[in-house]
Amino acid sequence: MLSYAVRRLLGAIPTLLVILTITFFLVRLAPGGPFDGERTLPAEIERNLAAVYHLDEPLPMQYLRYLGQVAQGDFGPSFKYKDFSVTQLIWSGFPVSLQLGGTAMLLAVVIGTALGAFAALRQNSGLDHAVMGTAMVGIAVPNFVIAPLLTLVLGVHLGLLPTGGWGTWQQMLLPVVALALPQIAYIARMTRASMIELLRSNFIRTARAKGLPERVTILRHALKGALLPVVSYLGPATAAVITGSVVIEQIFGIPGIGRYFVQGALNRDYTLVMGVVIFYGVLIILFNLIVDLAYGLLDPRVRYD
Amino acid sequence: MRNLRKFLARAGLALALAATTSASLHAEVVLKRGNGAEPESLDPAISTGVPESFIQMDIFEGLVHPGPDGTLRPGVAESWEISDDGLTYTFKLRPDAVWSDGTPLTAGDFVYSWSRMVDPATASNYAFILWPITNAERITKGEVPKEQIGAQAVDDRTLKVTLRSPTPYFLQMLMHHSAYPVPKQAIEKFGREWTRPGNIVSNGAYMIQEWVPQGHIKAVKNPRFRDAAEVRIDTVFYYPIEEYGTELKQFRAGELHTTYDVPQEQIPMLEKDMAGQFRNSPYFGTYYYGINVTREPFKSNVKLRHALAMALDRDILVKQITKGGEIPAYGWVPPGVPGYEQQQVDWAGTDQKARVAEAKKILAEAGFDKGNPLKVELLYNTNDNHKKIAIAVAGMWKQFLGVETTLRNEEWKVYLESRNKKQFEVMRAAWIGDYVDPYSFLELLRGDIGEQNPAGYANPEYDATANKATAETDPAARFGLLAEAERMVLADMPIIPIYFYSQQHMVSDKVKGWQDNLMDWHPTRYLRLE
Repeated sequence: MLSYAVRRLLGAIPTLLVILTITFFLVRLAPGGPFDGERTLPAEIERNLAAVYHLDEPLPMQYLRYLGQVAQGDFGPSFKYKDFSVTQLIWSGFPVSLQLGGTAMLLAVVIGTALGAFAALRQNSGLDHAVMGTAMVGIAVPNFVIAPLLTLVLGVHLGLLPTGGWGTWQQMLLPVVALALPQIAYIARMTRASMIELLRSNFIRTARAKGLPERVTILRHALKGALLPVVSYLGPATAAVITGSVVIEQIFGIPGIGRYFVQGALNRDYTLVMGVVIFYGVLIILFNLIVDLAYGLLDPRVRYD
Repeated sequence: MRNLRKFLARAGLALALAATTSASLHAEVVLKRGNGAEPESLDPAISTGVPESFIQMDIFEGLVHPGPDGTLRPGVAESWEISDDGLTYTFKLRPDAVWSDGTPLTAGDFVYSWSRMVDPATASNYAFILWPITNAERITKGEVPKEQIGAQAVDDRTLKVTLRSPTPYFLQMLMHHSAYPVPKQAIEKFGREWTRPGNIVSNGAYMIQEWVPQGHIKAVKNPRFRDAAEVRIDTVFYYPIEEYGTELKQFRAGELHTTYDVPQEQIPMLEKDMAGQFRNSPYFGTYYYGINVTREPFKSNVKLRHALAMALDRDILVKQITKGGEIPAYGWVPPGVPGYEQQQVDWAGTDQKARVAEAKKILAEAGFDKGNPLKVELLYNTNDNHKKIAIAVAGMWKQFLGVETTLRNEEWKVYLESRNKKQFEVMRAAWIGDYVDPYSFLELLRGDIGEQNPAGYANPEYDATANKATAETDPAARFGLLAEAERMVLADMPIIPIYFYSQQHMVSDKVKGWQDNLMDWHPTRYLRLE
């Protein structure tokens, strides 16, 4: 188990290096630079800025310089928010993003499995079709459509909830729901499918034949088995929630990392974009590893040697 | 008699006691301001945006400072003398000028701050604001060491500044954040992190106490500020709210006392339902279309540029589209500069019908007709308001002149690059003056300004007139020369003025002392809260 984890972590280093390299050259391909503004700068001021930020060096040289910095854990100063280093900005936004993403994940797992299980038990009933139909819509409609719609209906027209900002539970409600909806849908569909399969399996028939109460059969035997695919989906779900939160944070004006990512790209804030990409990369790799290890603990058929 | 005196003394003592306890026990007065965006930096030498300038205006004070109406008042300098040739300014600093950490603020602090500002190592975007000072530009260019800046501390209270040429708006420029004094003691100790709460030392009415990026900035009253007795608001919060719709909701919920702006589409509602708290006044900015005069068909045909400008019904644009009290523009410099006569294009006096007829004639003369329409590409940066105006303009050109317009919208940074490289035919742009003087606008169209010139306009006569105005020390004669330069621009029409900006804020009726002004400056120290 431990050696497996170490192997996986070592394997992550080249992955991160590839991500870092591609991002580095991609952000610089975009037209315009971090210091372009309404006022065009006199040439000598432009030169001074470039010199201070090493933007006057050839790209490969800048790339190597950046690699050296990152190796020492220094992501450099932000080009836009000049009084802060990228590391400081990420740590100031992370608690907010974690709260948003974590709550959305929790909501998705609880509601998704419950809905999926219900649908499986009432297979082909009206309820089943309703849940699955809604789930299909949840998967098909992107959250940058859902979020403004929710805001429009609940925030603007009905005035029930605040339309932006962060801090109170009312402000959390809309963004969390918008972020969780597609995941609820996925998890509901997965739970239903694996549950239906399990309900037809031999050991459930045995349990019923032994005369176990239906409630125990469903909760202790069927549902536990049905949750395994859900656990293995948590890795991709994290990645989806992270990319989703980039959009959601921008729409609701939430001071998390996702917003920095969008703002950083628009401002050509090279260091900030790079820092966020690397941070997200590490986060997703770590979470996938945790999910795989947890899977090994849950499913007796899996062994990591 | 003695008893009476005793009684009076006691009563006086009691009164004094009551006064001191009530003063120390009075409730904290807190002002909450919507402030647009997260500051790039609070370092006056580094920042470029309006939101940070509002905060800096509260925590720093320059030699001169804007009053509640935005006009110039003595700040750290209690008086100054200007030599007859307009080249030497001698400032007398107030004897009680002091930093928030108790260190005396001296003339040497200004010399330090300004040479840091123009130092190439600082890489300040706004270094050029101080370029009128002798050697400042050469320092930025790396030609002379920063010690040679034309500012010297004669003694702790006397600052002598020499200029490379008379600059009548120099004092106005000193209100700009780049001329604020910065604390050498904190900068040398903390480096790039000197602006953080706990590190920062400042000299204005307020001191930074908290800074949560994208959350809020909290500033508290500076007890050592020279005018602290007159400062009534104890604590200010600045919130970086970029969505004006969100900001308005927070204002209506009572979570903000003042807003940075208002959503354009809500203006009619605000005028109707919240008139008492909705503030709308002229702003020192011009919304215009730049014509690329380095390319045909516009390069050699000035009349054609006029035709495009004439066909625009500006009244419709401001009444039907922007709806924010903007003023239709027929000149380049916005109204409101004291002593400057507003200039207009020569056809400003004719009505829209006559203008359209004239424009049609010009197009026919140039050989454009139904079979061979004039084709124009219009560039704007991605934004709803710009888009609406561009569509309306394209419609007017089509309807009145048969011009076929292609719209091209680009994301902000891409648009800036296209603009600087002159890869456009006609483009949308705007200019907000940095200081209240026509030159803040006229400088933009000099042939030697480089990429900043929005149209690629280069007219040696214009540049010569601008230079003459720069050397002129008599204010009235100088304004005459600048007006002459503006008339040249309006005759050549490298830019099509569309409207003069207005500024909108929500200001709670609890806030007193808010005065609308051209530069939109509202230092917190002059505000009151009831």
